[in-house]
Amino acid sequence: MEIILAVLIGFMYAAGIYLILRRSLVKLIVGLIILGNAVNLLLFLLGGITKGQPPVIGDAEKLLAGVYADPLPQALILTAIVISFGLQAFAMVLLQREYIQGGVEDLDNLKEEDEEK
Amino acid sequence: MTTLILRTAAVYLMPLLLLFSVFILLRGHYLPGGGFVGGLIASIALVVYGYANGINQIKMFLRFHPGALIPTGVTLSLLSGTLPLFYSRPFMTGLWLEGTYPIIGQVGTALIFDIGVYFVVVGTALTIIFSIAEDNERD
Amino acid sequence: MLTAIVVCFTTALIFAFAGKYLGQMGTYLISLLPAGLFLYFLSLQSELVSSGEILLNYSWIESLGIDLSFRLDGMAQIFALLICGIGFLVYIYAAEYLKNHRHIDRFYGYLTVFMGSMLGLVLSNNLITLFIFWELTSITSFFLIGFNHRDLLARKAALTALTLTGGGGLIMLVGFIMMGQVAGTYTISEILQSGDVFADSIYLGLIILALLVGCFTKSAQFPFHFWLPDAMRAPTPISTYLHSATMVKAGVYLLARFSPLFDGELYWNEALLLFGGITMLYGAINSIFKTDLKAILAYTTISALGIMVLMIGIGSSTAILALLLFIVVHALYKAGLFLLTGALDHLTGTREITRLSGLRTKSGILFVAGILAAVSSAGIIPALGYHGKHLIYAAAMETDLLSFLILSLIVAANLFIICAGFLVGIKPFTGRPNSGNAPLHPTSLLLWAPPLLLGVLGMVAGIFPSYLEAHLLIPAQTGITSVESTAHLHLWSGFDPVFWMSFFTVLGGVGLYLLFRPSHRYSNQLKSLEKISSRYLLEQIIRGTKNFFYFITHLLQNGYLRYYTAVILTFLIFLIGLRMNLGFVSDHQMSFPVDFTFNEIATVAIMVISIFLAVFTSSRIVAVASLGGVGMCICLLFVYYSAPDLAMTQFTIDTLTVVLFVLLLKKLPTYLTKVDTGLNWRDLVISCTFGAMISVIAMEILLTGSVVEGISSYYAENAYQLAKGKNVVNVILVDFRGVDTLIEITVLAVAGLGVFSLIRLHMSVDS
Repeated sequence: MEIILAVLIGFMYAAGIYLILRRSLVKLIVGLIILGNAVNLLLFLLGGITKGQPPVIGDAEKLLAGVYADPLPQALILTAIVISFGLQAFAMVLLQREYIQGGVEDLDNLKEEDEEK
Repeated sequence: MTTLILRTAAVYLMPLLLLFSVFILLRGHYLPGGGFVGGLIASIALVVYGYANGINQIKMFLRFHPGALIPTGVTLSLLSGTLPLFYSRPFMTGLWLEGTYPIIGQVGTALIFDIGVYFVVVGTALTIIFSIAEDNERD
Repeated sequence: MLTAIVVCFTTALIFAFAGKYLGQMGTYLISLLPAGLFLYFLSLQSELVSSGEILLNYSWIESLGIDLSFRLDGMAQIFALLICGIGFLVYIYAAEYLKNHRHIDRFYGYLTVFMGSMLGLVLSNNLITLFIFWELTSITSFFLIGFNHRDLLARKAALTALTLTGGGGLIMLVGFIMMGQVAGTYTISEILQSGDVFADSIYLGLIILALLVGCFTKSAQFPFHFWLPDAMRAPTPISTYLHSATMVKAGVYLLARFSPLFDGELYWNEALLLFGGITMLYGAINSIFKTDLKAILAYTTISALGIMVLMIGIGSSTAILALLLFIVVHALYKAGLFLLTGALDHLTGTREITRLSGLRTKSGILFVAGILAAVSSAGIIPALGYHGKHLIYAAAMETDLLSFLILSLIVAANLFIICAGFLVGIKPFTGRPNSGNAPLHPTSLLLWAPPLLLGVLGMVAGIFPSYLEAHLLIPAQTGITSVESTAHLHLWSGFDPVFWMSFFTVLGGVGLYLLFRPSHRYSNQLKSLEKISSRYLLEQIIRGTKNFFYFITHLLQNGYLRYYTAVILTFLIFLIGLRMNLGFVSDHQMSFPVDFTFNEIATVAIMVISIFLAVFTSSRIVAVASLGGVGMCICLLFVYYSAPDLAMTQFTIDTLTVVLFVLLLKKLPTYLTKVDTGLNWRDLVISCTFGAMISVIAMEILLTGSVVEGISSYYAENAYQLAKGKNVVNVILVDFRGVDTLIEITVLAVAGLGVFSLIRLHMSVDS
């Protein structure tokens, strides 16, 4: 399964980057979101994947023993997911402002706008 | 866009979801859940309600701007970290009360910290979404 | 000794800030510093003679072998005395010369930092410390040359000087590091003991080259000489102190310091002889064709520096003795001449030699100082300069290599130097008074006393040469070459060949002075030769570099943000590809177990379809929906692989993202339909290559195996024991790594505030 996920993540990276390289403002945002997801998934995969053994200590036990999913990458990714939401929101609003105020929908027009100033 | 069904459902869903989010927050130390997830569920509850009944309703319900939750949450978390300093322990040392409760387990500074996280997440998510929604409503 | 240097730096700091409030009094007060230091070094004299050297060592950066290590030996003592002694005269001279100048506090601040650095340079016993002081002198020199910062030419000159001496210093640092590596120590006195190691080292050539470049730039040797005449834009006290008496001799100092190590190695001597010879002749010939007094002095200084390098190139014990004596001689008479020039400038308001004449009646006392300095410069008996010339000739005659050629070149250069000395020291006072000049300012004590004192000192030392020889020169010379020189200083050594040579040079020089009339014509003619000079070359190199990078910048940063991203990614692909080309760490025989279920495959398939839709759809709503689908599938993956917390978070966040996007979509543009097939293909190639590389790296890491095991298992074992929690992920977040989470929620809060203010700002602008 790991190999399929690795290929999938590569595919997500390619899609995200391809969209970021487009001229359209909206495609840039879509690309950013896909790329953010890809990074989270990559971290998760590299931490090692385990089926059916969540890192929660059983009722009767006092410590995690045997096979269990690695809790550390999960903790890292959890905050990463939330923060990337915040940053994506910020990026989206920023680009929206650029569109409303400058009428930029084509990213290549940003250059002309800069030069006019 | 807002149908009667959604509006009616939202009225009942919102308190249920809010309650659920608190439940998720409190049980976080023992079972999957915690401040982040709890906060996000609470946000969704309020967003759904706002979507159905308009943002003014939410504002009336909350009685304060959701942005105020952000500094409250950060301060709460920070305080829970500084509390051990008064007992001459290092910053962020866990302190615990005696006795175990169902669902929550032992009550300690970690719980206060998690509640702070909960507030920050709710505050941020609502601030972002409501700002944009208000901006849309304006014109 | 460390105290001496630290005192300099602290005084400079205090004076730079408090100098304004002290006024004129402060300038006199600070002049006590070099006087005190001079006496301090004199007091070390007896200890120095008895023990040969004084060592001090403070550890600084031990791991790199860099110490604050100081060593006072004979040669360092000569330099230290010159730095403090001439420093004192310059200090009190400048108090009058720059009286009421607006930035006099800055001036003394820089000057004192310079003095401290210069002392540090000659006292350092560690290569790296020496380098630091070396560059500090370059930097203070930059500030002092550009002291009149409203003058464009002064700023340019300062920059040229800094570029050349600073750049040379950096090249020298490379040499220093190689030296340190070869010798296994950065302590200079230890390096000097390890001659054989260097002789066998393959780095010897590079070390010598780097050392020569550093010293030649600092000591204004051809072809790096041109910064020195430019630097004459500095106030005259600065030119006196830095660009004649002390700093420019730092290169000579260093060459002399290392000459025992490299003498006879490779082309060390030949290079020194060649460049020293060219510089000597070039400076001497140029000097008399200038009409600005300071320009004349600048070129004679270059010439004198050439002679010094030439002496090191000869390298015999007599040559080293001659070198040391000449350093003293030159400092005394050249500082005298410079100070005289400054006094004349102050008196008449001009430094143009064609406009100065007949001043002997106006300022007889300056005339005396001028004669004394000119006589010493010419090497006429009984001035100290006579002994200097004498030893130089003696050293040149001793050489077995090209003795005749060197000798004749020195004689030729001396003819011009003598003439130039007379032009500056005597010419302005003779002849008829020039009526066209501006009204004269009276000369005050502080302006005429220092040059006169230097002149008298040169004369007294010349009459009693053995005192100087026994106390300063011989200890210094034996410190460099183990054999004591056979030559000795006598006031009268009989009519030996050296005497006759001296005699005829002086005669020739005086003759040249009497016949030669300085005029603007010559200096203008020389200017036309600049096209082939090294200065022109340097300027061309600088201009070319600038244009080249202008071009590169425009090529890479054309203002299209997408293009930047593409360039960065392409370069990244190139780097990763380069590394992959070297081969992989993991064992390719290993394979992954085939253990996927239908659910997993279905999820991945849905994801792939969703992503395809998101990329290639022409509808924005479809794209948003596909994004939601991707998020949900990731959520499912988290469920499959035992991450319930992540699944919950992903689910809620995904919901919120879609809501957010839908809200924003109202005010976002529709998709652009512009199609540029070529660009699309290029981007497709870039993104697919990058994606493939990520996949390969991910598999590589998975195959190579886990990183550090200890951290996760520590958390797993202690979650309940220490933190009383059973959900380990949550325990890590709120307890073990609580501070991280605290910072992360702060970041989240900042993002929220950012969005809020972006929208609010926009609203208030609208209304």
